[in-house]
Amino acid sequence: MDEIVDLSRFQFAMTAMYHFLFVPLTLGLAWILVIMESLYVMTKKEIYKDMTKFWGKLFGINFALGVTTGLTMEFQFGTNWAYYSHYVGDVFGAPLAIEGMMAFFLESTFVGLFFFGWDRLTKLQHLASTCLVALGSSMSALWILIANGWMQNPVGAEFNYETMRMEMTSFADLVFNPVAQVKFVHTVASGYVTGAMFVLAISSYYLLKGRDTAFAKRSFAIAAAFGTAGILSTIVLGDESGYEVGDVQKVKLAAIESEWETHPAPAAFTLIGLPNQEEQRTDYAIKIPYALGIIATRSIDEQVIGLKDLMAEHELRIRNGMVAYGLLQKLRSGDKSEQNIAAFEEVKVDLGYGLLLKKYAPDVVDASEEQIQMAVDDSIPGVAPMFWSFRVMVGAGMVMLFIFLFAFYQSARSRIGKNKLFHKICLYSLPLPWIAMEAGWFVAEYGRQPWAIAEILPTHMGVSSVSSDKVLFSIISIAAFYTVLLVIEMFLMFRFARLGPSSLKTGKYHFEQLENIQGQG
Amino acid sequence: MFDYETLKMLWWLLIGVLLIGFVITDGFDMGVGALIPVIGKTDDERRLMINSIAPHWDGNQVWLVTGAGAIFAAWPAVYATAFSGFYVAMMLTLFALFFRPVGFDYRSKIEDPRWRNSWDWGLFVGGVVPPVIFGVAFGNLLQGVPFILDDFLRSQYQGGFLDLLNPFALLVGVFSLSLFVLQGSTWLQMKTEGALRQRARLVSLICAPLAVILFALAGVWIANGIDGYVITSIGDLSGPANPLLKTAELQPGAWLANYDKYPLTMIAPAVGLLFPLLTWIASKYNRSGFAFFCSSVTQAGVLLTCAFSMFPFILPSSIDPNFSFTVWDAVSSEKTLNIMTIAAAIFLPIILLYTTWCYLKMFGRLGKEFMAKYKHSAY
Repeated sequence: MDEIVDLSRFQFAMTAMYHFLFVPLTLGLAWILVIMESLYVMTKKEIYKDMTKFWGKLFGINFALGVTTGLTMEFQFGTNWAYYSHYVGDVFGAPLAIEGMMAFFLESTFVGLFFFGWDRLTKLQHLASTCLVALGSSMSALWILIANGWMQNPVGAEFNYETMRMEMTSFADLVFNPVAQVKFVHTVASGYVTGAMFVLAISSYYLLKGRDTAFAKRSFAIAAAFGTAGILSTIVLGDESGYEVGDVQKVKLAAIESEWETHPAPAAFTLIGLPNQEEQRTDYAIKIPYALGIIATRSIDEQVIGLKDLMAEHELRIRNGMVAYGLLQKLRSGDKSEQNIAAFEEVKVDLGYGLLLKKYAPDVVDASEEQIQMAVDDSIPGVAPMFWSFRVMVGAGMVMLFIFLFAFYQSARSRIGKNKLFHKICLYSLPLPWIAMEAGWFVAEYGRQPWAIAEILPTHMGVSSVSSDKVLFSIISIAAFYTVLLVIEMFLMFRFARLGPSSLKTGKYHFEQLENIQGQG
Repeated sequence: MFDYETLKMLWWLLIGVLLIGFVITDGFDMGVGALIPVIGKTDDERRLMINSIAPHWDGNQVWLVTGAGAIFAAWPAVYATAFSGFYVAMMLTLFALFFRPVGFDYRSKIEDPRWRNSWDWGLFVGGVVPPVIFGVAFGNLLQGVPFILDDFLRSQYQGGFLDLLNPFALLVGVFSLSLFVLQGSTWLQMKTEGALRQRARLVSLICAPLAVILFALAGVWIANGIDGYVITSIGDLSGPANPLLKTAELQPGAWLANYDKYPLTMIAPAVGLLFPLLTWIASKYNRSGFAFFCSSVTQAGVLLTCAFSMFPFILPSSIDPNFSFTVWDAVSSEKTLNIMTIAAAIFLPIILLYTTWCYLKMFGRLGKEFMAKYKHSAY
C-alpha cells in the first residue's frame, strides 16, 4: 500500500512539474503577442506583424508540449487517484468541467485561427482571435486554481455519509475561496513574468550579437514593461495573504518559516537557518524582528502560530476523528438513529483527521497511543524542504524584480542595447522564472502534506486500487516520452531562437540579408 | 431549477452530446492522422492532409478533454473506476495522444525526410490507437466490467489488461476504427483535390460498407450472445446517489429491452445502418460535403445506439451486478449537477457559435497553390 502511494505521488509530482514548464510561458507569451499585434493594428508597421509571427512561432513550439502534458494531468486523477476522484469529484470535478467549456475550448479553437488565419481574417478579427487565446489561457488557469485552491482550503463542501463522499454546499464559496483567488493572481502574474523574461532574454541575445536590432529593441521594450507589471503583481499580491485561512495553510506558513514555537506578536522573520525536524527547532537562525508578523497577518498584533501548537491541535482533532469514524461505521452498518446522525454531524469535520490513522490502524477506532502519536508527527510536512524552496522562490523573484526595473528604466531612457553587461545578465537569467515557479509549486503542494484535500482526505487514502508494477510501467514510459519530447522541444526552441526573425523567410532579416549580400558578392 | 431525477437524465444526455461532438470532430482529424502514411504519397500530399485539419484539431480535441472532465464532475464514480480499472489501456491512449500536438507543430519545422516520416508515423499512431481503444472500452462496457466496491465505495478492478481484448471487444474496436477512418476520409474528400481526393474517396467507399457489416455483426452478437443487465429494485430515483442501494441482475436480451419499451429509440440503430450507405452513395457520386455530413450522422447514430441499449447502465459490474454504476446512482449531487447545467446552458451554445465561425473562416479546398504560397508558414 505504501509503495503504491509513493509511486503515485512521484508520478504526479513529476508530471505536474513537467506540465508547469510550459504552462507559464503560454500564459505570459499569449498576452505579449496581444500587445505586439495591437501595435501592428494601430501603427500598421509590418515589423510588429513580424514580431507577432516570430514570437508566435516560439509560442507554438511551447504550446504543443503544454497541450501534450496537460492531457496526462486530466487522465491521472482517474488512473492513479481513483479514490480521490470518487471522494471529492462532486466538488473538484465541477471547476475542471467548467474550465473545459469556458476556457479551454476558447483557447484551443482560436489558437488555430491565430496560426492559420492571417490571410483569412481581417486585421481586427485576427487580433480578436489572439486576444481570445490569451483570455482563454488565463481563464483556464483561473478554474484550475479554483480546483487547486479547494485542495488547500476546502470551503463550500461537506461530507455526506449516505453517498460516502464530499458534496458541494456552496458554489460561490468554492469560486470565491480566498486561497484560490490569491493563488490565481500570484500564479498568473508569475506566468506573465515568465513570458516577459523569455522575450527579454532572447531579445538580449540578438542585441549582444548585434543582429536585427530594431526588431530586438522593440521586443525588449515590450517585455520590460509587461514584465515589470508582472513581477510587481507577483510580489505585491503574493501568495502569503492566502496563508491566513485554513489550518493547513497555517501549517505551511509555520513550516516555511521553520517557526516551531508560537511567539508573541509580531513574529520575527527567519531569514536563514537550519530547520531540525527531530528536535523541533531551528538552528543558527538569523531573524528580522517583526517582519513575519507583518507579512503573514498584515498587522502587528496578530500571532503566527508555531508548529508545536498546531500539532497539539491536530492531536485533539485526530482523537475527535476516531469518534467520527466509529459513528460513521455505525451509520454504514444500518444504525441510522437520529441520535447517531446528530452525533456524527457534530464531529464529522474531524473525520479526515481520523482517516490519518488508517495508515497505521486500518480500523481507526482501536488506534494505540503510539499510533496516534505517529499520525500527529505526520500531520505537518518536512520543514527543511519547505524552508529552503520558499527561499529559492523569493530569491529568484527578487533578482527578477531588479532585472525588470532596470530593463524598464533602460527602455524609458532609450538606452536599450547600450549596456552589454546588463544584456548578458538578462540572457543568463532566462531560467529564473522557471526555478521560482517550480519551487513555489513545491511549497504549495508538498506543504499540503499529509493531505490530498486539506483536513479531509489524507494523500495515502486517495490512490487507486492498482498494482505497483502498473504504476511503475506508467512512470517509466512517461519519463521516457517526456525526456525525448523535452530534448526535441529544446532543440527546436534553440534553433529558432538562434535563427530569429529570419525564420519567417520574409527576406528582411539578418541571415537572409547576409545571404543576399554574399550572393551579390 | 430541475428536480434531481431530471438532472440525472439531462447529464446522461449532455455527456452523450460531448462524446458525439468528440467522435464527429476529433473523429475526422484522427481519421486523417490514420490515413497520412496510407494515402499521402508525397511530402506535399501529406502536408495538405495535415493542413486540412491544422486549424481545427486542437479545438476538436477539447471535446474529448471536456467530455472526460464532465464525466469526472457528473459521474465521479465512473471516472474513478473506468480510468483506474482500464489503467494500461488508458495509458496507451494517453501515449498515443502525446504524438498529436507535437507531431502537428514540429513536423514542418525541419525539412529532413527522416524527421518528417517519423512524425507521420507518430500521427498515425495518434490516429489509430485511440479509436481502437475507445471501441474496445465500449465493447467491454457492454459485457460488464469485473470490479467490486468495498464499504467505503472504493472500487477494485479485478481483471487484467489482456481480458479487455476479448473477441467481441476487438470487433467493436475495429468497428470504431472504421468509423473514424470513414470520418477522416470524407473530410479529406471535402478538403482536398485531384489524386489525393480520389484516394480518400476510395477509402470511404471501402470503409462505409465495412462499417455497416461490423455494426450489424455487433448487433447480432449482442442479441444472441451477450447478456444485458437490468435493475431489479431501486429506491427513490431522486434519492442519494449510492450504487449499493439497488439490486440488479444479468438477463439475456436485456440490452434490447429499451427498444421494445421506447420504440422511437430504434431510430439510432437505423441511422447507424442507413447513413454509412448514404455516405457510400454520396462518395460514389462525388458529393463530398454530403458524404461528410452522412458520415457524421453515422457517428452520432452509433454512439446513441450504444447508450440506448445500455440505459440506465453506464458501467455494469460483471462480478456482482448490484455494484453496477447507473445513471441514477453514479452521479454527483443535485447541487453540482444544477450548477454544471447552468454552465453548459451558457457555454455550449457559445462554443458551437465560435466553432462554426472558425470552420467557416477556414472553409475551402487546399491544393497545390496553397502549398506553394504557405511553404514556410504551414504545418
